Amino acid sequence: MRVLSLGRWLRAGRVPPREPASRPSGHRHSGHRPQGPPQELPQGPSQKVSVEVLEHLEHLALVDFRDSEGVERLQKAIQFADQLHEVNTDGVEPMDSVLEDRCLYLREDDVTEGNCTKELLENARETVEEYFVAPPGNIPLVKLEGQKTFLQGSK
Amino acid sequence: MAAVLAMVARGCGGVWRRLRQRCAVRPGSGPFPRGERAVACNARGGMMSAGKSGLTPWIPVVGLEIHAQISSNSKLFSGSQVQFAAPPNSLVSFFDASLPGTLPVLNRRCVEAAVMTGLALNCHINKKSLFDRKHYFYADLPAGYQITQQRVPIAVNGSLSYSLCIDNKMSQMVTKTVRIKQIQLEQDSGKSLHDDARSQTLVDLNRAGVGLMELVMEPDMCCGEEAAAAVRELQLILQTLGSSQAVMAEGQLRVDANVSVHHPGEPYGVRTEVKNINSIRFLAKAVDYEIQRQIEELGNGGTISNETRAFDSKLGCTVPMRDKEGKQDYRFMPEPNLPPLILYDAKSLPANMNHQQVINIDWIRERLPDLPSVKREKLVEQYGILPEHSFTLLVWQQDQNCNSRHSNEDGLPEFFENVVKQTQMKPKKVIGWILNDLLSYLKQHSLTVKESPVSSFLLADLLNLLEKKEISSTAAKQVLAELWKGKGKTPLETVKEQKLELLQDQKELEQICQAVIDGQENEVMAIKAGNQKVLNKLIGLVQKKTQGRSNPVLVKQLLEKKLSE
Repeated sequence: MRVLSLGRWLRAGRVPPREPASRPSGHRHSGHRPQGPPQELPQGPSQKVSVEVLEHLEHLALVDFRDSEGVERLQKAIQFADQLHEVNTDGVEPMDSVLEDRCLYLREDDVTEGNCTKELLENARETVEEYFVAPPGNIPLVKLEGQKTFLQGSK
Repeated sequence: MAAVLAMVARGCGGVWRRLRQRCAVRPGSGPFPRGERAVACNARGGMMSAGKSGLTPWIPVVGLEIHAQISSNSKLFSGSQVQFAAPPNSLVSFFDASLPGTLPVLNRRCVEAAVMTGLALNCHINKKSLFDRKHYFYADLPAGYQITQQRVPIAVNGSLSYSLCIDNKMSQMVTKTVRIKQIQLEQDSGKSLHDDARSQTLVDLNRAGVGLMELVMEPDMCCGEEAAAAVRELQLILQTLGSSQAVMAEGQLRVDANVSVHHPGEPYGVRTEVKNINSIRFLAKAVDYEIQRQIEELGNGGTISNETRAFDSKLGCTVPMRDKEGKQDYRFMPEPNLPPLILYDAKSLPANMNHQQVINIDWIRERLPDLPSVKREKLVEQYGILPEHSFTLLVWQQDQNCNSRHSNEDGLPEFFENVVKQTQMKPKKVIGWILNDLLSYLKQHSLTVKESPVSSFLLADLLNLLEKKEISSTAAKQVLAELWKGKGKTPLETVKEQKLELLQDQKELEQICQAVIDGQENEVMAIKAGNQKVLNKLIGLVQKKTQGRSNPVLVKQLLEKKLSE
């Protein structure tokens, strides 16, 4: 699972592997099995999460870790998730979701919804002639001059 | 530049030869004898660019990613309507707007469309396929992720065969194949209208959630023409199946091209992705431009970066798109709200399941309509027409479909078949009248076959007159021009009105022939001396005298008989 691999990569202090930009990759995410015997709960000094990784995460998730407490919480969260490594999953197919053995319901191709423009637009702070209004394009993360993010400040 | 385009590409020699010929027309690039082989061009190129290092040929590699909007009443995961051009945000359900608490419910028709398409393209249909989330932020993607099939798509490993004409005359067609890597179901995003003046984007979610089939092709093509031909054939197939109307102008078929170049024997070069291609013609232009651009860039010692470029149709070139922040990390994860999609076939059909919940691949396969390639073969077999004619018949129908929203059921092939049924003229001759005369009228007046003022019945009637030798073929063309005005007259009425009937009275014809012979002493002597070509002049004179109402073959016979007396 993605969380596991993230944990391992972070501990190794490297950037997690990126997905290719537009082509879907052929391989499944099933290859991440823990190596060796089940590990103990990682105590003691684990490697610090690297700055590049944190910046990458901030970028992707559009969050700001803000201060050392935030980073510390992330660290602890990773440690917590690493407990999953205790389980030996050799030869076990990864689960997709708790629904994976249910039947996928197929709906008939009938028009049953829509025509609620007014209701939907009520949610929007700003509208223009029944369009939603959004900021222009994708604005790159602003690196304000005087105000560095916590991470940059701590470099 | 033309000299640099020496090509040893897989089967692409012909096309690149033509391009070089076009380039050769420009001043300064020197004369190129037609039909030169790549080797000769190499030699010539070597002479031209004496300063540069040895010219090794470039192999362009083109791969396409095609998004085809599924033709269905409602969207992929919700019950809102699928329709082009509706008031903004009127075809949007709560799920499409990504309001909390909504869940995706898969549309059966979309799955069937994808299975049909997969079968038509010789794919292996995965009986179990999975849905995933692809995360990225954009205003027209309200959920922040798109539901797609990244891990296990619905169909894989197919192929698409298409025809390409080697020269401009369409007299030689080759069949090529491109491999289909996979077909997957995914959601469409909404539409953004960028308002740069007010620094805002207006978002319309009518399109958000519409079902798409993404077809990923392997990079088996090597030029714009191949790409265009492949997409045309795919369009035809999709329209025949009904799984997508594939009208590029309405965004129902979107093509992105991945282009790279490399030297033979070396690994593939860095590829660029070309987007914003709005028609098949532009696809060919964009691909060819990008190939040339890359060759020039690399030839000048530059490098190609793995970027996304947009095709500017006005300038006919590709330009770098607005810089996206580095490579995207889509953080794929399984879609937790959708179990795996299970498809069945005749063998694995479960006994006690509700019919409506079961999709049977074999049942769908049995009901697939005749694919275009099969239709073409049948026409050739049944009517003895040439493959290229068969190709044109179907391509015209496709062009019609592209220009109009409504699928044209009574198309040109049907018209042709109707005429054949109602006339004694051989299909091989009828096809000439359809493709040369009727088609040019239709094109001139921008009409569909349905709108033609000349019905198949009228045309058959006219061709019968011609076949019975009651009129000459020139007269027939005249009658057709008159019929085209749509005044409701029959061919026979028109013939009588314009006095176009062939003279049936042999005696009268003989008299006229004799009169011509008597009046043209010099020509008669020339013919008797052995110059047969002058006979045509005499025939022409007879035609004039009879006001085009004489059968030229008969006239020739009579003249020859008289001259030999």
